[in-house]
Amino acid sequence: MADKIEKDAVSGTETTGHEWDGIKELNTPLPKWWLYTLYVCCGWAAVMCLLYPSIPGIHGYWHGVLGYSSRAAAMEGVKEIDARHAVPLGQIGETPIDVVVKNPKLLETAMESGRITFANNCAPCHGQNGTGRPGYPALGDDVWLWGGKLTDIQTTVTHGIRSADTEARQSQMPSFGTDNILTPAQIQQVADYVGVWWGVTPSGTDVTAGAKLFADNCVACHGDKGQGNHDFGAPPLNAHIHLYGGTHDAIVAQVTHPRQGVMPNWNARLDSATIKSVAIYVHSLGGGE
Amino acid sequence: MNAVPDPKTAAPPVSLYANREKVYTKDVYGPVRSAKSTILVACLAVYYTLPWLRWDRGPGVPNQALLLDLWHERFYFFNIVLWPQDIYLLTFALILGAVALFLVTSLFGRLWCGYTCPQTVWTDLFMMVERWIEGDRNTRMKRDAGPWVWDKIWRKALTHYIWLGIAFWTGGAWIMYYVDAPTVVVEFWTGRASSEVYAMTALFTATTYLLAGWAREQVCTYMCPWPRFQSAMLDEQSLIVTYEGYRGEPRGHGRRSGAEALGDCIDCNACVHVCPTGIDIRDGLQLECIGCGLCIDACNHVMEKTDQQPWLITWDTLARQKAKAEGRTEKLHLIRPRTLIYLGALMLCFAAVIWGISGRSTTTLSLIHDRAPLFIRLRDGGIRNGYTVKLANKTQSAATYVLTVAGLNGARVSLPESAPGLAPDAIFNVLPSQVGNFRLMVQGMPDASGGGSQNIYVTLKNANTGEILRYRALFLSPAPEKD
Repeated sequence: MADKIEKDAVSGTETTGHEWDGIKELNTPLPKWWLYTLYVCCGWAAVMCLLYPSIPGIHGYWHGVLGYSSRAAAMEGVKEIDARHAVPLGQIGETPIDVVVKNPKLLETAMESGRITFANNCAPCHGQNGTGRPGYPALGDDVWLWGGKLTDIQTTVTHGIRSADTEARQSQMPSFGTDNILTPAQIQQVADYVGVWWGVTPSGTDVTAGAKLFADNCVACHGDKGQGNHDFGAPPLNAHIHLYGGTHDAIVAQVTHPRQGVMPNWNARLDSATIKSVAIYVHSLGGGE
Repeated sequence: MNAVPDPKTAAPPVSLYANREKVYTKDVYGPVRSAKSTILVACLAVYYTLPWLRWDRGPGVPNQALLLDLWHERFYFFNIVLWPQDIYLLTFALILGAVALFLVTSLFGRLWCGYTCPQTVWTDLFMMVERWIEGDRNTRMKRDAGPWVWDKIWRKALTHYIWLGIAFWTGGAWIMYYVDAPTVVVEFWTGRASSEVYAMTALFTATTYLLAGWAREQVCTYMCPWPRFQSAMLDEQSLIVTYEGYRGEPRGHGRRSGAEALGDCIDCNACVHVCPTGIDIRDGLQLECIGCGLCIDACNHVMEKTDQQPWLITWDTLARQKAKAEGRTEKLHLIRPRTLIYLGALMLCFAAVIWGISGRSTTTLSLIHDRAPLFIRLRDGGIRNGYTVKLANKTQSAATYVLTVAGLNGARVSLPESAPGLAPDAIFNVLPSQVGNFRLMVQGMPDASGGGSQNIYVTLKNANTGEILRYRALFLSPAPEKD
């Protein structure tokens, strides 16, 4: 090897002086600014590590000089949204529900607030999006025990059903079986009669006795055609929707010793604007009544 | 065996990082320089004025001819409005651009690099400023090597001041492609523009200043991938800027006649001095050459002065050069398999873009079935399903759509949020260039043979244009009980 920098004979390029089995490496150097750019990036990374939460420890982590926290930033965002909703929610509280739905701006806030409120408070019983389940009515269908207008729903949510509220919706179906108002045989006849309306009673069954019993005992609340009555929360019987099941046995059980649901009065937990919002949302699930 | 270097005799360690040798370009005039300047002015004119071009699209829609409205997710190109779902067209457009570049390069070398690449255009512009303030090559070299006297200070300061001014103008114009130009100019100077506008202007000012003022040929040589794969586009039939070595060599100052006559090249280095990337074209085709041809102008002047034939440096193909060296003549082969393939690909992409743009539907519809409840049982034994209708009106006028459902017994629809009453069809109004979101209820008596799931067929008619769209959706119902 020579004292001076060796040049490759073919390409005329300097070599690095390294040699492996006679193969030499050409020196094609990177520009210096490239190296400095790397140093700048390393420095940048170090500064960012210093400024922001970065290095995990055993009992915590480095919080950074700026004290940034993504959780705090998210909470800031929540506060901002709350502040933005405060004005329309205040207006919803002061406006009759029928007027709220005619104001697109208020309606938008009400629907959003109602959707979230429903998911947090109502969905545990009524199911996601008011799917409903045995004992808890579906809210997207066309049967409304206590009325499906906006104001009806608002009243039901506010005061509840058979709740502690003095203005709660109240009704009591007699226990026809356990209170010995009807005999078990008579209850079978009544069940046969109403079962005709949705086809659970085999065709050809003689229901004249049941019809007579129905007229004497049930018509006052459920109506002469089994159409139901909002005033007593009496469900329509000429329908294919059954809160406690639509089989013959389920009817017999319900007439013998009725189960009756309780819904809490939400005025104890939610403000009036939120109740209106949730009523508007529930109404939108199936279009109400 | 590894040769172990003897520390006493080994070569001194060489640096693995190269110092930058500053390129001092010399002014040149001639047809190539004129063409390059003309293209430069044209490119800059297009860049700076395009955002100011207006295009009436009706009320409520931006009237900027070319606007990339990222905030509202719309790209406006004159009479074409692209939505996010049209972004695949961008793929075709990019392929189109790439193939066009391939074609041009395989035919005429790196024309893009030499004349129209923004890096070239702005570097050239910055060099002109530098030359204007600080003088030509020799003056600048001398001043740069000298001490920091007042003359040097004010000239340097003024150069960088003008560079920053141009860079700021460039960065500011860039923003105008993304927000309405007249609005943002007023907002910018009254301090009401968004922080993004200021940040982006600052960013593009900084990058323009750095890339065109400082980095220059380093961008082409070290950062840009294009020089690396251009060798795949070039072949011996491509017209490239080249030195006719058979004519020029042996180069040197001295006698041009007699037994030991030198070639036409007088080794004056004029071609090296004007080169914006600081290379010697006489070394042959090389990565750093951007094909601008300024060396052609420089050499032609020298040939003229020395009473020799011009075009010692010229555009030529390697094959023709070889033929000339051997005393043959060869024709130019512009049509060859490579160029034909590129041309074919270009046409194909072009057709795809045209087809994509002209075939775009003005409406898109989708029905998203509710996840819960899957179905709703009704009083009369019927079943109701809930959907979210997404209806995009891509036209520039408000549209009314009529939706009807087929394939379900007694099908009727309702809009629980606006028209809860049952109707045979649903009517939607969507504003121009907007997506409407609607809750739709479909109810009817499902087919017992469906096993709990059946198709329904939705027809959507644009009441204004009569355009009809069909959509197949799923209708769910309780599965029949198994025995």
